[in-house]
Amino acid sequence: MSARPTLVEISDGAAVRLVAGREISTRFRSKAFIWTTVALVAAVVLGGVLLNLVSSQSDPTQHVGVLPETAAVSEQLVATGTVTGTTIETQEVASADAGEELLKDGTIDALVTSTDPLTVVVHTKLPDMLAPVFASLAQQEALSSAVTDLGGDPGEVGREIAQATPDITALEPEPEQDGAQIVAGFVAGILLFISLMTAGQLVAQGVVEEKASRVVELLLATVRPWQLMAGKVLGIGVIGLIQVVLVVGAGSGTALALGLVDTSSINLGVTALWVVIWFVIGFTMYALALGALAALVSRQEDVGSVTAPVLTLMMIPYIIGVSIAPWDPTNPLVVWLSYVPFCSPLLMPMRIALGEVDAWEVALALGLSLAVIPVLVWLSGRIYSRAVLRSGGRIKLKDALTGS
Amino acid sequence: MSALVMESLNKSYGDLRALRDLSMEVRAGEIVGFVGSNGAGKSTAMRIVLGVLAADSGEVRWDGKPVDLAVRRRIGYMPEERGLYPRMKVSDQLVYLARLHGLSTASAKAAMEQWTEVLGIAERRGDEILKLSLGNQQRVQLAAALVHSPDILVLDEPFSGLDPVAVDVMSGVLRDQAAAGVPVLFSSHQLELVESLCDRVGIIKTGSLVAFGGIEELRRTDDRRWVVDGPPAGSWISAVPSARLVSTDATRSVVEVRGQADDGADQQILRAALAAGSVHEFSLLRPSLTELYRHVVSTDSATVERETVSA
Repeated sequence: MSARPTLVEISDGAAVRLVAGREISTRFRSKAFIWTTVALVAAVVLGGVLLNLVSSQSDPTQHVGVLPETAAVSEQLVATGTVTGTTIETQEVASADAGEELLKDGTIDALVTSTDPLTVVVHTKLPDMLAPVFASLAQQEALSSAVTDLGGDPGEVGREIAQATPDITALEPEPEQDGAQIVAGFVAGILLFISLMTAGQLVAQGVVEEKASRVVELLLATVRPWQLMAGKVLGIGVIGLIQVVLVVGAGSGTALALGLVDTSSINLGVTALWVVIWFVIGFTMYALALGALAALVSRQEDVGSVTAPVLTLMMIPYIIGVSIAPWDPTNPLVVWLSYVPFCSPLLMPMRIALGEVDAWEVALALGLSLAVIPVLVWLSGRIYSRAVLRSGGRIKLKDALTGS
Repeated sequence: MSALVMESLNKSYGDLRALRDLSMEVRAGEIVGFVGSNGAGKSTAMRIVLGVLAADSGEVRWDGKPVDLAVRRRIGYMPEERGLYPRMKVSDQLVYLARLHGLSTASAKAAMEQWTEVLGIAERRGDEILKLSLGNQQRVQLAAALVHSPDILVLDEPFSGLDPVAVDVMSGVLRDQAAAGVPVLFSSHQLELVESLCDRVGIIKTGSLVAFGGIEELRRTDDRRWVVDGPPAGSWISAVPSARLVSTDATRSVVEVRGQADDGADQQILRAALAAGSVHEFSLLRPSLTELYRHVVSTDSATVERETVSA
């Protein structure tokens, strides 16, 4: 037999690192983990590309061709469009035939061939956005001929009519919501929900796997329960973090590359960083809660029922978040819940993405969550170490807390 | 000399007293067998030694000092409920466990290779545990207990579920370990195995150690018995006043004399038998561990099973 190898003293940190290392290498080799990550990254990149395609297809600018003899109508056309909310660009075309070619290949949406009477040629039908513009223009033409008959200046009257708009005063002006902010808020909420849910459940399943296979007895003969729990949470946390960083990075990169966001209205880097920070906080809380609860049962089939209350708790802020926050970021329910630990990791990053949050609000939510974590560490450590070696049926939470 | 000492261990689960004042000792280089019926407290005692269970009172010592986590890292343990990660490769699993016990990555790998070789599972290193047969899983479990070259071995039923070849391998490993100075404590229901392997045996009944000592020591009973293969005992037994006939089976008779005194009773019996006819066999009947165990465990069986603390 070979010489006895020397056993070195294992520090607390080394034990936690060893346990965490096993979790990480196991997940990295798991096909499920790799495919979920690929699918999530692909989803954000494809989503960005699709969003880009949709928005460029529905380019709101209307192109109207004018002939040399109808070019005089251009100015009035653009002015009328501004009033009805339609951006119009005019383009001079040499002849009616050349204009018809442009209509067919979609370069222009309409061609003005005559102004008296107003005659418009289109490819298939007049675009909805141009219909009121031309209707209004025709009315103005009719009006201007009447003005001319009465001896006035139809051009001046026409311009004045075109520019006449009512002054509107809003008592409570709606905050300006940028499309990019709404999308970012949505993505932040959904991403955090999915990643917290999956990573949290991995912790729960991991705890029960060790308990169900009884390997925990072998492990606890060498490491302390808290080291095992901490290593598991740390390892799965690192894995989840890598996933979140990849997805957030892919999403932000796509958005920047395709010019999907107006960088003046949303600071993508800061939003992304907050998503990552809140993932770490949210994961720590949910992982501790789920890990402790999972230690109460001995079979994988029972994980669902014992973790259900916490997962439901996770659903509430998520549903409120995605259904209310993007449309009404200052809704009191959203605002108040975004301070509450367990809810804040899902709601606060959405509010940050939506741009409707003050620095002190973020600080308050962070502070409350960070204050709760030590309590959770103590509670879950107590429950875990008392329950994890007791196999058999489901252990009551009360027994795990009070029993010896 | 180093010894693993359990002193006055007590443990109750609610009303059930699992251990009562259990004291025993395993010296370095000694194999101690732990026998007793299911639920007698063997596993409870072993789990207390490993610290996965806390005793209500009592102490476990190694080298005269209380066993702490640093000492426990040097124990090789095979739990009653086998446990390994089902979806982890044999090699990864053993290296991981060795590292948790304090081996460097390189020596953990070397130890894994050595033990999978010794236990005949070298070609299964790359397989996940759940793909192995039960017997091979058991071998991996033993490798897991040995991979960090423990100073102490505590094995809960290491022989259960093993085929005869594996039993020989396991026995060989235990003997090697003991020869290298490791105290070995194991429990088993296979009493012939315990009898052939162990230096000392502890018999536990309802949480109490009812017998503890070398096999020879335990065999020394109050009464002596002999087998006489020859003339029917009924025809000559009256010649020896202290002897009593226990049983007769054709020409074989079992004769008993009360007490262990060296009174020459054996010679009297032999002479009496020879006087009656020719004797083909005359030998002292020594109880096997199985008989000892039955005797010990069946005594006072009315008061056993579940005795409550409140009583």
